Amino acid sequence: MSHEILAQYLFSGLIYGSIYAVIALGFNIVYNATGIINFAQGEFVMLGGLVTHSLSAVLPLPAAILAAIAITALTGGLLEFFFIRNIGRLIKGMGGKGDVMHLTIMTIGLSILLRELALKIWGEQVKTVRFFTGTESSSLSVAGAHFSPQLLWIMGATALVFAILSAFFRFSLSGRAMRACSASRVGSRICGIRAEAMVTLSFVLSAAIGAAAGAVTAPLTQTHYAIGTALSIKGFTVAVFGGLGNSGAAVAAGFILGIIESFSIIVFPEAFKDVVSIVILLSVLLARPSGLFGSREAGRLKEA
Amino acid sequence: MSMFRFSVSRALRGAVILAVMAVSTNAFAAPIKIGAIFAVTGPAAYLGAPEEKTANLFVDNLNKAGGINGDKVVLIVKDSAGSAERALSFAKQLIDENEVVAIIGPTTSGESMAIKDFCNASKVPLISCAAAEAIVEPPLPFVFKTPQKDSYVAKWAFQTMKDSGVKKLAVVASNTGFGSGGKAQLEKYAGEYGIKIVLSESYDPSATDLSSLLTKVKSSGADALINWSIEPAQSIIAKNMKQINLAIPLYQSHGFGNIKYVEAAGAAAEGIIFPCGRLLVADLLADSDPQKKLLQKYNSDYRAAYSEDASTFGGHAYDAILILTKAIEQAKSSDPEKIASAIASIRGLPGTAGVFNFSASDHNGLGMDSISMLTVKNGKFALYGKK
Amino acid sequence: MKRNPHLPLAAFICVAAVTPVLTSLFHANFFLTQLTMSAYYALAALGLCLLLGYAGQISLGQAGFFAIGAYTSAVLCRAGLDPRLAFLCAVLASALVAVLIGMPVLRLKGHYLAMATLGFGVVIEKIARGVPFLGGADGIANVPAFEIAGSLQIVGGKAHRLSNYLIAFAILSAALALMINLLSSRSGRALRSLHGSEEAASAMGVNTARSKLAAFVIAAVAAAVAGSLMTHFNGSIGPGEAATIKSIRYLSIVAVGGLSNFIGTVVVGIVLNFLSLRGVFGVYDDAVFGAILVAVMVLAPNGFRLSLPFARAKGVPS
Repeated sequence: MSHEILAQYLFSGLIYGSIYAVIALGFNIVYNATGIINFAQGEFVMLGGLVTHSLSAVLPLPAAILAAIAITALTGGLLEFFFIRNIGRLIKGMGGKGDVMHLTIMTIGLSILLRELALKIWGEQVKTVRFFTGTESSSLSVAGAHFSPQLLWIMGATALVFAILSAFFRFSLSGRAMRACSASRVGSRICGIRAEAMVTLSFVLSAAIGAAAGAVTAPLTQTHYAIGTALSIKGFTVAVFGGLGNSGAAVAAGFILGIIESFSIIVFPEAFKDVVSIVILLSVLLARPSGLFGSREAGRLKEA
Repeated sequence: MSMFRFSVSRALRGAVILAVMAVSTNAFAAPIKIGAIFAVTGPAAYLGAPEEKTANLFVDNLNKAGGINGDKVVLIVKDSAGSAERALSFAKQLIDENEVVAIIGPTTSGESMAIKDFCNASKVPLISCAAAEAIVEPPLPFVFKTPQKDSYVAKWAFQTMKDSGVKKLAVVASNTGFGSGGKAQLEKYAGEYGIKIVLSESYDPSATDLSSLLTKVKSSGADALINWSIEPAQSIIAKNMKQINLAIPLYQSHGFGNIKYVEAAGAAAEGIIFPCGRLLVADLLADSDPQKKLLQKYNSDYRAAYSEDASTFGGHAYDAILILTKAIEQAKSSDPEKIASAIASIRGLPGTAGVFNFSASDHNGLGMDSISMLTVKNGKFALYGKK
Repeated sequence: MKRNPHLPLAAFICVAAVTPVLTSLFHANFFLTQLTMSAYYALAALGLCLLLGYAGQISLGQAGFFAIGAYTSAVLCRAGLDPRLAFLCAVLASALVAVLIGMPVLRLKGHYLAMATLGFGVVIEKIARGVPFLGGADGIANVPAFEIAGSLQIVGGKAHRLSNYLIAFAILSAALALMINLLSSRSGRALRSLHGSEEAASAMGVNTARSKLAAFVIAAVAAAVAGSLMTHFNGSIGPGEAATIKSIRYLSIVAVGGLSNFIGTVVVGIVLNFLSLRGVFGVYDDAVFGAILVAVMVLAPNGFRLSLPFARAKGVPS
């Protein structure tokens, strides 16, 4: 196998990896604030892509993307407000594992509803978003490997999101409040932090991240109403693989998993590519549930 | 008490009279009930949604023109969402409960295989819109299908490849009934055309990026790639090929017969070659072509009704209901058994996929001549020149 | 609910027995087909009810076990094996997989367990869809009838509609009786103690790992029986039965029917599937189950420990 082909597999892996990384980031935010695994995270990605597609018919692309992020973030916030906060008193006393499971199950139902709503609004046809630079055929070359310039946009977006999140959690008041909340609910109450607001904020943030991911990957992967489910499964596979709650680990795990999947095609048929990542997920869950990089304690406290 | 009883018996009598009237009124009008099972939602919605729209449009126009032999047609559509067990449940419902005279659809091969024995045993004609050759081979008296044979599509592709000097071929197909059916036909006939298949792989139909699979194709040294699927993956492959600089010709299957896929692939769609029915290039046909008028009318009616272009998938449903209509006209009866024999004796009927010639042994009715090689030029479908 | 534990079951059996009389009276015998299919789905949901409601273990992979049972029967019968033997193999295969998967996976808690079982379901679906030997995306058709004894057989077709309905409901009722009896036995009480608190149960000498595994296997077996018999009734099986959305549907049914309520689960399972199979939900089929899941989670704020038979609150006839 020539080194160009190897480099090509590597870059394909980077494409998958950056998509997975940015979705896993969204999972972690909600998980850290609430302990819930939000199965609807993939739907936020889907909405980001579809709304961008619709708005880009009337707005210039950058404006369409920002508007899509805002609309999806709002949707995330509204979902949390109406459904999760409705049983918010549970979150206050979040001790029993039953409560969190409850809400996680509910997000499964919500993801189905979002998907059907998207079907109603956008129909079953696949939708595309213009490539940010160049066309569908544009190709850059590095070390003998060729890839679309959109890959750079995706990686750039992932890096940007990661940087913004880190800054947010480290330096802003709300960010620090969220970290305090996830570290100690009682302690943060004493300091006057309202847990409900933090939970809403976490959903708003993760929806915004999801939408950004959707908008930036849509040119490459195309979007339609049903892509959310598979993305959610991949997303939390990566999040668990890296260590739930640890954003840096999520990004690293995303790239690692993407590269493994890409090279796995040398031996496994592409039809079983997902099986590879699930087997990895199951192995991680059984051997080291805290993930590749996480430790149970640190996973709850760390953010970036 | 006796007053109450008196009015109850009166009410009962009135009800009986009304019922008799209703039944007898029906006996005069006797609408023809046709069942349809389509995957309007779910993973096969790309196929099922246009099929449902087409069928409804056809029946509306038919009824406006007076129906069949003066009787109105009632189309009962069920959404199976691509699920075989629901298709079966609906087939039983349509036949046992609604007492339809025939069923058109289902959309996918899996569903068709699940219900065809039941329909045949119940002696109700089934005209499937799915591609699998196994649906009509061996032919069952009551089971028919409208899409062209996969083997013919494959042979057309191979002939063109042979003429272009392709020696080593890579085959990729989606992991669906349509994809694996086509893949099997490709593997069967490649040798006859002197073509060696150097790579043959199935991919997940929901795949959003296939660049690593295409890298494998690149390293296989193939001269050309053929993709056999019905999903948007067709567009993704076209784009990924350009992005990883895999500069070999791309052939597709007749699943590419939808302008949306060309639009999705954008600049990367130029030069894709695929065998297909002539619906998409209706305007380019000679005026003497027996299908031209019908194709143009279907295109314009569909666009007027649904604000989107017609696709060959919807065309399969058009053909199914057209065949059924002609059969009922010819049989001058709504008896399912007579309809089935009438279908089997249809000759020379132009449809969207080709000109249909049924017989006792051929329950598909389309020959090699129903297919032409098409390509994409300047973002539009065109006839492939080098013939 | 504990006043007379056998009353609800008796009522269920009576209603089930009377139904064919009613359908024949109203010339609606075709309902029996969908009722039979619904009964099998309800059986799979019943297994999940035991696992989730009583042992407190969440599983999003119930459809995977349904598929294992279904495909095993389909493949072996198509190869010529006696359906009775094939059925046994289907049940054993499912139980074996349940033990192998359950042992490591049941050590996990909460959402880790949910994800692991979800992953298991996805793997089964990918295998069912991707392996040509299992029919690929088209599944396996022409599955022969299951001859139980003499002319009694599980098969589709008008002539056997009534007998198949009775077989399905007999099996379902038997399963219900078994489960209800299990609960009042020593192992059953051990099982219920798990839900309360695993630590407390363990302190009382209950072998929690074994109890959890037992519940997991029973659920898998229930699903496999349902899968195998449904395959004979339909004459075919496809990878769609292993899809994640199916597992979610079983979960919705158990959630609505009452997490600790066997009869409620079964009744809800029959009603919802019956309506779904008749196309009453139209294009909103999945949406209905999703909405139900959300509604139940919102309206039942006390978590999984429901003490009331939830079925009554939802107006389900019983």
